[in-house]
Amino acid sequence: MSPSAPAIISLSAATLKYGQRTLWKDLNLQVAPGEFLAVLGANGSGKTSFLKILLGLSPLSSGQLTINGAPAKRGNRGIGYIPQQKNFAPDTPLRARDVVGLGVDGDKWGFRLRGKSYHQRVDELLAQVGATSYGKIPVGMLSGGEQQRLRVAQALAANPQVLLCDEPLLSLDLNHQKAVSALVGQQAKQHGTAVVFVTHEINPILEHVDRVLYLAGGRFTLGTPAEVMTTEVLSKLYGTRVEVLHIDGRLVVVGRPDSVLDGHLPEDEQSHSHDSTHGQEIR
Amino acid sequence: MSWADFTAAVFNFSNYAELLPLFRDTLLAGAILGVVGGLIGTFVMMRDLAFAVHGIAELSFAGAAFALLIGADVIFGSLVGSVFAALLLGVMGVRAREKNSVIGVIMPFGLGLGILFLSLYEGRSANKFGLLTGQIVSVDSTQLSVLAGTALVVVVGLASIWRPLTFASADPDIATARGVPVRTLSLAFMFLLGIAVALSIQVVGALLVLALLITPAAAALQVTAAPRMVVLLSVGFAMTATVGGIMLALGGSIPISPYVTTLSFVIYLLCRIAGAWRRRRGWSARPNALAV
Ligand SMILES: Nc1ncnc2c1ncn2[C@@H]1O[C@H](COP(=O)(O)OP(=O)(O)O)[C@@H](O)[C@H]1O
Ligand SMILES: [Mg+2]
Repeated sequence: MSPSAPAIISLSAATLKYGQRTLWKDLNLQVAPGEFLAVLGANGSGKTSFLKILLGLSPLSSGQLTINGAPAKRGNRGIGYIPQQKNFAPDTPLRARDVVGLGVDGDKWGFRLRGKSYHQRVDELLAQVGATSYGKIPVGMLSGGEQQRLRVAQALAANPQVLLCDEPLLSLDLNHQKAVSALVGQQAKQHGTAVVFVTHEINPILEHVDRVLYLAGGRFTLGTPAEVMTTEVLSKLYGTRVEVLHIDGRLVVVGRPDSVLDGHLPEDEQSHSHDSTHGQEIR
Repeated sequence: MSWADFTAAVFNFSNYAELLPLFRDTLLAGAILGVVGGLIGTFVMMRDLAFAVHGIAELSFAGAAFALLIGADVIFGSLVGSVFAALLLGVMGVRAREKNSVIGVIMPFGLGLGILFLSLYEGRSANKFGLLTGQIVSVDSTQLSVLAGTALVVVVGLASIWRPLTFASADPDIATARGVPVRTLSLAFMFLLGIAVALSIQVVGALLVLALLITPAAAALQVTAAPRMVVLLSVGFAMTATVGGIMLALGGSIPISPYVTTLSFVIYLLCRIAGAWRRRRGWSARPNALAV
């Protein structure tokens, strides 16, 4: 990432409110080509909403957003998107390569007449994400990790300048988490794609991340992982004592309070909510 | 009824050579409906609309019964009923759960209306029964051209939205982000589905449309996931069921629909067996794993 390159995503004084509730306020953010931005925060902190706004699917409450110098608009081919994970139904009438193919020309009218360049592009994309060996298998028969690779390939099909990923590592095992993170990281470094990567879990992507946007309790903090992921900064953000530990090269946040979420308990932590002081990894 | 009477009623091929040319138009109609049913069925499966098809058919039946009562064209009445129902579902139900309850409410209402209109109607009772269980043994050439024209609308319509509709059906979130007009496509599809249901009712009747709009596509999905193959097989199966069913029905005294639905069901069973065999043989096995 070169700091002098003109920003591809630019937000100024951006605020998102739902009714009375402020999710984040006065966000100024420039993302450069090739930069990898991680967006962290508990469930309900507004991460998915942030991506929807970048996609032009919903508006900011106030402030400005431009993508590549123009106001965000729906259906921008320059943006690749991997939504929060959901698996394909077992009887989906598509093979792995057809799913990738939707990214190549699925938005065009009619049906495909001559397929040579289409098939070349799909083969290329399958190879890029290491999915060649299961290209012809029905997508509903593939594991979650395999399906997620296909989504990465699909999102990269139009050579996007921006790649938005919404918790793409959820429910993947450790190996697939590493593999999918590496694919996305590589896209940023080698192809200059700006990546916005929403995640619960920073550890699998730590080596790829340039900057972190941390959302909590209607506020945010922005900076490099070393700047943001500290006891001091996160304590200030949460407004209570939070400790960041380094254990075996992993970051673990201890004492993150659930109550900061404006009464919205994160789903996967509800079972612990009576015990707000125990250790929680950022996941 | 003795066994001999039964077989004489169900399978009767005397004078078959003379009968066949007389039913040329009927066979053509069957083939056309096979194409429509097979094509639209793949999307019905993908979009999980089997129950909706059933609901649309009941309202289509009510429309046809009303047309019969007031002496209007039955196909037209059936078209109005099903397109109205299809668009209503398209506008109302975004989520599947919600849609199912709406259909469950509308369906008996439509069926009840249809029965009301039929009991008020004083014409031939064969016409009444035909709407529910299917009966177009004799299609005249004007009916055939109406049928062909309407079917053409469905086929051309589907062909022109094929790719974005596939995208929107497989993954509406990503399709939306890519600028595919998901909602408009959904309405357009419901419109085409309404027409297809009205057409199918002419062969198999309101109660049995699923045999034409679901079973062939479901059978195809048992044996392949390659989109082109799914479409080819689905159309092939649907045509086999309609044309085959009509040919078997020609000599006997029984309506077409039991032949069509039975053929359709047998094809589905065979595909299930073939699919189970293919899965056991390792459909999802990777090539390199096979090489070991
Ligand atoms: N369109 C909306 N109208 C009102 N509230 C919304 C809307 N979309 C999301 N929310 C609320 O905003 C909060 C943030 O949602 P989301 O962006 O999905 O969070 P995250 O992805 O971080 O879990 C949630 O509490 C959610 O209920
Ligand atoms: Mg989310």
